[in-house]
Amino acid sequence: MSPAVRKWLPPLFAIAVLIAPFTGWMPAYWVTLFNYIGLSSLVALGLVLLTGVGGMTSFGQAAFVGFGAYTSAVLTLDYAVSPWLTLPVSLLVTALGALLIGAVTVRLSGHYLPLGTIAWGIALFYVFGNSSTLGAHDGLSGVPPLRVGTHALIDPREYFVVVWIAVISMIVATRNLLDSRIGRAIRALRRGAVAAESFGVNAPRAKLIVFVYSAVLAGLAGWLYAHFQRSVSPGAFGVNTGIEYLIMAVMGGAGRIYGAILGAAAVTILKDQLQNILPWIIGSTGNYETIVFGAILVLVLETAPNGLWPLIAGPSPPPKVPQRPQAPLPDREKPAAGTPLLRVTAARKAFGGLIAVNDVSFEIAAGEILGLIGPNGAGKSTTFDLLTCVTPLTSGNISFCGKALAGEHPQDVARLGISRTFQHVHLAPDMSVIENVALGAHLRGSAGTLRAFAHLERQEDAALLSNAKRQLERVGLGEQAMMLAGSLSLGQLRLVEIARALCLDPVLLLLDEPAAGLRVGEKKELARLLRELRAEGMSVLLVEHDMDFVMSLADRLVVLDFGQKIAQGAPTDVRADPRVLEAYLGGVT
Amino acid sequence: MDSTIVLFLVQDAVINGAIYALIAIALVLVFAVTRVILVPQGEFVAFAGLTVAALEAGRVPPTLWLLVALGVLAAISSIAWHWREMEPRRFIGVVASTIVVPLLLILVTKFLAPLKLGLAANTILTLLLIVPMGPLLYRIAFEPLAEASVLVLLIASFGVHLSLVGLGLAFFGPEGVRTAALSDASYTAGALIITGQSVVVIAVTLVLLAALALFFGFTPTGKALRACASNRLGARLVGIPTSVAGQVAFAMAALIGAVSGILITPITAIYYDSGFLIGLKGFVAAIVGGLASYTITALAALGVGLVESFSSFWWSTYKEVFVFTIILPVLVWRSLRSSHLEDDE
Repeated sequence: MSPAVRKWLPPLFAIAVLIAPFTGWMPAYWVTLFNYIGLSSLVALGLVLLTGVGGMTSFGQAAFVGFGAYTSAVLTLDYAVSPWLTLPVSLLVTALGALLIGAVTVRLSGHYLPLGTIAWGIALFYVFGNSSTLGAHDGLSGVPPLRVGTHALIDPREYFVVVWIAVISMIVATRNLLDSRIGRAIRALRRGAVAAESFGVNAPRAKLIVFVYSAVLAGLAGWLYAHFQRSVSPGAFGVNTGIEYLIMAVMGGAGRIYGAILGAAAVTILKDQLQNILPWIIGSTGNYETIVFGAILVLVLETAPNGLWPLIAGPSPPPKVPQRPQAPLPDREKPAAGTPLLRVTAARKAFGGLIAVNDVSFEIAAGEILGLIGPNGAGKSTTFDLLTCVTPLTSGNISFCGKALAGEHPQDVARLGISRTFQHVHLAPDMSVIENVALGAHLRGSAGTLRAFAHLERQEDAALLSNAKRQLERVGLGEQAMMLAGSLSLGQLRLVEIARALCLDPVLLLLDEPAAGLRVGEKKELARLLRELRAEGMSVLLVEHDMDFVMSLADRLVVLDFGQKIAQGAPTDVRADPRVLEAYLGGVT
Repeated sequence: MDSTIVLFLVQDAVINGAIYALIAIALVLVFAVTRVILVPQGEFVAFAGLTVAALEAGRVPPTLWLLVALGVLAAISSIAWHWREMEPRRFIGVVASTIVVPLLLILVTKFLAPLKLGLAANTILTLLLIVPMGPLLYRIAFEPLAEASVLVLLIASFGVHLSLVGLGLAFFGPEGVRTAALSDASYTAGALIITGQSVVVIAVTLVLLAALALFFGFTPTGKALRACASNRLGARLVGIPTSVAGQVAFAMAALIGAVSGILITPITAIYYDSGFLIGLKGFVAAIVGGLASYTITALAALGVGLVESFSSFWWSTYKEVFVFTIILPVLVWRSLRSSHLEDDE
């Protein structure tokens, strides 16, 4: 598909959808069916974000539909508020409810989370069904329709326009969100929070944003449902419906925006047609549609485990990256060369009885490369984790620019200007290289979620992406910017990690075995880059096994063995140190 | 509320807790080996109960036809997915296990069912009819999805559940059943009357748990399953066929489900769709046990039984709400204890 087609196809298609019911080609029955598909699409769209992108499986979305529906029903029936005015209230009530429930839910990890959503899904269903204000099991009926002037929107064709305008605007908003600073952070979170947190992403907060947003989408569907159906009863908001929404999202292709609409359409039409066709084939009215529905669901997943949309549309396209160079981001003030930067004093880490790091002390000054070496199991990686606050200190002190790091979160460490790479690459393989790198600049942008929805932060985002592009070129991977990170070699991925770390504009760069997996030529390039960074005033802590590499680069070395510092000093001195020789070569007697 | 009622409720809780523990352990087993959260676990329970009831009445249980239907589907599925590498020997194997075995069971059951042979024969016959369903379901729905994500497997699991409940209604009808008690004995301990039924439930549960422990600890198959659970790729590299492991895990889940069904049907009326809620409570226990620890899982199942029996005494309309909301704080506590920076998958 040419770029021009890609650009104009969606808006043209949107217009075609909105006028479809008035052309006379669409039978009234299908108009109504598509209204329900639109409503489900909104909920499934929320799940695409929550489950597909955010990695949080929720069975409870139907309860949020209930929040939106009941709020509007009660306000219009008991307090005679105009339905249009209840829209913001419904969304607000849903958002507040989601904020409360989400504060607990997003902290659940792994399999606890889906079970948690089943739990409050069932509990809320019983609350709906037993509260007399909400009409208990019978629900509320006689909900007034939406009105434009004095004209009531009762005709399904007119309501179709309302529903699908809502769906289309939410598609745009969701797309915008995913293609933004916040969106990239959310997408990076699914593959583990460690990397995202190291670049200043507040993981629980980002998850809560997704949770509330997906609930608000469900709440919007609920509001539309109440004024379309004109009655509200608890049956529509139980866990079974919640499961159905999840089926839609997964069948369509969890993680893909249009998959939500496709999944909602597939499930709704399938269930409806099975109800029409099966009695005609089999002859009696049994419960056969669930049998066939379940079987088809399994078959679809067996043929398309990633859902239907990727089968049709292929992998998602890479983001647009500004071609013209943008104004560079303001750089951090670097301390003068030679000023003490990081001071580690008697740092100790014990895992039960094992002391991984035993009272180690060293310093890094501004503008120097310090090599941290030692045999396997010497405690290098643990020291690394202590510096980045991924693991808390057992005792001792680490201070950066005079500020104690004890008790800080990884994201605070990033804020201070320390950035890192990982020994085992932590990149999102299903995101493009440049988006992975741009995550490093997370703290250098400020636009929030609301501005991202409307894409009001394009200038800032362009600056972030073009900075990412520049850092990629710097490590020699400018050509690979648009490729999926998962398609690169291990050596290239290490360089991507370095580019991402540079995006933070760090004062201190922590590199965990950056040269492992690199070819000779690449190593030379990397060494040149690190010297260049040092000349610019950046400090580097280098954990590395390749002795030639580290000896030729480091100004000073610190040698660890069995958690203890056994030597430090200039590379030539350390190389001659008998204790170092013994540690590396065994007892030389 | 006096001590007699407390003791009575505790006895009730222990019996239900034992059943939930069995279900939970089956769920843990299947998840560990295949990464499938087996939503239809409860269906094994319900279908076993309905089968025993039919045999007790001297009728041919409709389970037979269900088994035949699953066998045909499994045969189609196996042949369709493995068409290219299907050698004659394997083809015969597939047909033997999916078509011939159910047909033999039809003959046996049709001959034995009207004889009303009593509890032991009914139990064995029920196990023979329910247990093969496990591996058949695995072949139909989950073997082709072995590489899919946990989420996709879960949704497929819901698909299987929906189909089975639909089939349950079609084959068994909407009526509930209750079977005769497994033992008519009763013992008095102070103010408490201990029924023989509850003694049987506890004893069978303990025996089954012990047998499982022996199986996993000492038999090569049990050890192979454990190897698959801890590292699928590694297990495959040392020559353990993961597909066979999956079938064994499903067969054991069906066996445990069938035993639970036989134990519970004398206590509660069982309908074609009763399985889901029983399975869900077992799932609660399994999750609280972290889908890993058998001991914590068993304790959690007992906890679920206690909450359920006491809340049904005080506040019966909200019984289910209680069971499911009380786990929220437990889940939060378990989450906080596990590392918050863990990677998913």
